[in-house]
Amino acid sequence: MIKDKDYSKWQLWSLVILRVAIGWHFLYEGVVKILNPNWSSLGYLMDSKGLFEGVFHSIAGNPAMLNVMDFINMWGLILIGAGLIVGLFTRVASIAGIVLLAFYYLSHPAIIGVTFAMPTEGSYLWVNKNLLELITLWVIALFPTWNTIGMDRFLFNKK
Amino acid sequence: MTDKDKNESGTKMNRRDVIKGLATVPVLGAMAYGIWRKTRRDHIRNHKLSKELNMSAEEQEYISYKHDGDTIRIGIIGFGIRGAQLMKAAGFVTPKAIQEMKDAAEKDSQNKRYSEYLEQDDLNIQITGVCDLFDVHAEDAIAAAANIGREGSGGQMGAAPKRYRTYQEMLASDDIDAVIIATPDHWHAQMTIDAAKAGKHVYAEKGFTLTMDETYPVRDAVKASGIVYQLGHQGRQTESYIKAKEAIDKKLIGKINLIEVCTNRNSANGAWVYDIDPNANPNTVDWEQFEEPCEVKHPWSPERFFRWRCWWDYGTGLSGDLLTHEFDAINQILGMGIPTSVSASGGVYFWKDKKRGDYVNEVREVPDIWNAVLEYPDLDFSLLYSASLASNHNRGKTIMGHDGSMELGNSLTVYADSESTRYKEQIKSGLIDPELPIYTYIPGRKNVDSVATATEQYFAARGLLYTYRGGRRVDTTHLHIAEWVQAIREGKQPSCNIDQAFEEGVAAAMGIMAQRENRTVFWDKDKEQVI
Repeated sequence: MIKDKDYSKWQLWSLVILRVAIGWHFLYEGVVKILNPNWSSLGYLMDSKGLFEGVFHSIAGNPAMLNVMDFINMWGLILIGAGLIVGLFTRVASIAGIVLLAFYYLSHPAIIGVTFAMPTEGSYLWVNKNLLELITLWVIALFPTWNTIGMDRFLFNKK
Repeated sequence: MTDKDKNESGTKMNRRDVIKGLATVPVLGAMAYGIWRKTRRDHIRNHKLSKELNMSAEEQEYISYKHDGDTIRIGIIGFGIRGAQLMKAAGFVTPKAIQEMKDAAEKDSQNKRYSEYLEQDDLNIQITGVCDLFDVHAEDAIAAAANIGREGSGGQMGAAPKRYRTYQEMLASDDIDAVIIATPDHWHAQMTIDAAKAGKHVYAEKGFTLTMDETYPVRDAVKASGIVYQLGHQGRQTESYIKAKEAIDKKLIGKINLIEVCTNRNSANGAWVYDIDPNANPNTVDWEQFEEPCEVKHPWSPERFFRWRCWWDYGTGLSGDLLTHEFDAINQILGMGIPTSVSASGGVYFWKDKKRGDYVNEVREVPDIWNAVLEYPDLDFSLLYSASLASNHNRGKTIMGHDGSMELGNSLTVYADSESTRYKEQIKSGLIDPELPIYTYIPGRKNVDSVATATEQYFAARGLLYTYRGGRRVDTTHLHIAEWVQAIREGKQPSCNIDQAFEEGVAAAMGIMAQRENRTVFWDKDKEQVI
């Protein structure tokens, strides 16, 4: 596997910037939810369409599951975001981020003949921004930068 | 040298290592600064805006109507579609219907109707008498009344109430304290008058009466008797209306000039072409008694019996059935009372042939598309009502003022007007954006709505089916009946009392006169007469 030290400086910093930018997006989405006392994943779940619509609707219909979903979303987004930014447990954070984004994509897939109440700022067919972010995290997970730039350097960079 | 102190090249961890390891940490600081800037700006804006609007933050508390005192003994007159709904709201449902709710809940975990019904407060009432002209409905009413344990099929039942063949016999009975009247409109007046004379409290469905002439003696009889009267406008219990009143009182939208309310439905059921029970025949229905108040008698007609709302002999059309809901909602917020004049127009434009309307013998008389204009020159505003029973297009209630406008349903949204005088400075300074709401109220926003049928959704969207108390979803009809029962116990007046009912009844009757006499109908406030 490619190691951090194999990258050129430009390659390394480009990957780090990408990682931090995605981390920023995750972290801020989490913080916004924490700061809004009325936030709930309910509306988003109820707006689900496609193959897994029923699954997401039943989560929304179960108050206990809904609370778990709200908690996972708020703190999951924050921890993943912070991890990506500071480069701590970065690979775990990337994979967790991929899982969350996969849920978002499955809940709101960009498939033909489906429209959502959630407003979007662009036009999508099959590929939407959740999917793009997911693929990008995939790349980040496979191209480690955290052993050079990030706190993982202190934890895992041992001989 | 320990392993811990070594870096990638095997040398001791140095300053360069630390810098690289923590290189991206300042990004967190940047975000913290950004969030601080943003929340501070939002906070100042919200603070200024809420100071300006001065709306209270409280939600309506959930009041429990549970009561341990004396049991109120109630007779139900009419157990058709609405009668069954009222009995459910009072805590009595047939085992068969409960079983259906139970099965539906088992099939679909999102269907909460069964659990919500079980959670509904026990009002400590007893149904001691039932009266319905159709044997099947009467039997169902008895089954519902006896189901005191809210059991499904095969459950333990309580004592069966007495079935009365006429409501007069029921009123003469000593074990009836109060009656719920859910008959067709043509019986409302006489039954209410007789009940009042017999000293029985009344919960009556809208419309108030069939005709203008009937409105006065009903009011007089209720007032003279001192009974507790509640007209069945469950919208009185809708939380967003209470908030809307506060917003109007605090002049959020300024001087009101136009109000637009409406009804939209698009199904045979919504257009009152109800199912005809195949068990109905002259042996199972007391048709003669049904027709008693009619000047011209008609031969037995199952169509007229079940779809009575389609004929003026028995029903009040869009005016009495649906305008009244809208009128009463606005009247509870504004207290504007009887309009100075009403003009109306419309016709049978969609459900007009036998095939489309699924009519058996007769095509309906009452319009399916209908519009009315209620004028309030003393208050400087007009109230427009428009209804279609052939379109499901969803429209809310809109109250328009010089400084802003208000959209009202189960939720409440207030917008500032771009040319407002009150908000002129705030719009200029950017504090208020006329494109965005200045106030939004969504009760129980964390709860799940899982209402079933299209008609139910229609009502829910208009705040007629459910409201919220302390974040809990409650059937407004239950609250409305509970309020009435409480008022009987405490000797108080409920929210939709006889004065409110009279205003509703006169307004609806004016609408019908305007339509049928094809003229603008005026109200002489001093003489309390139509001109």
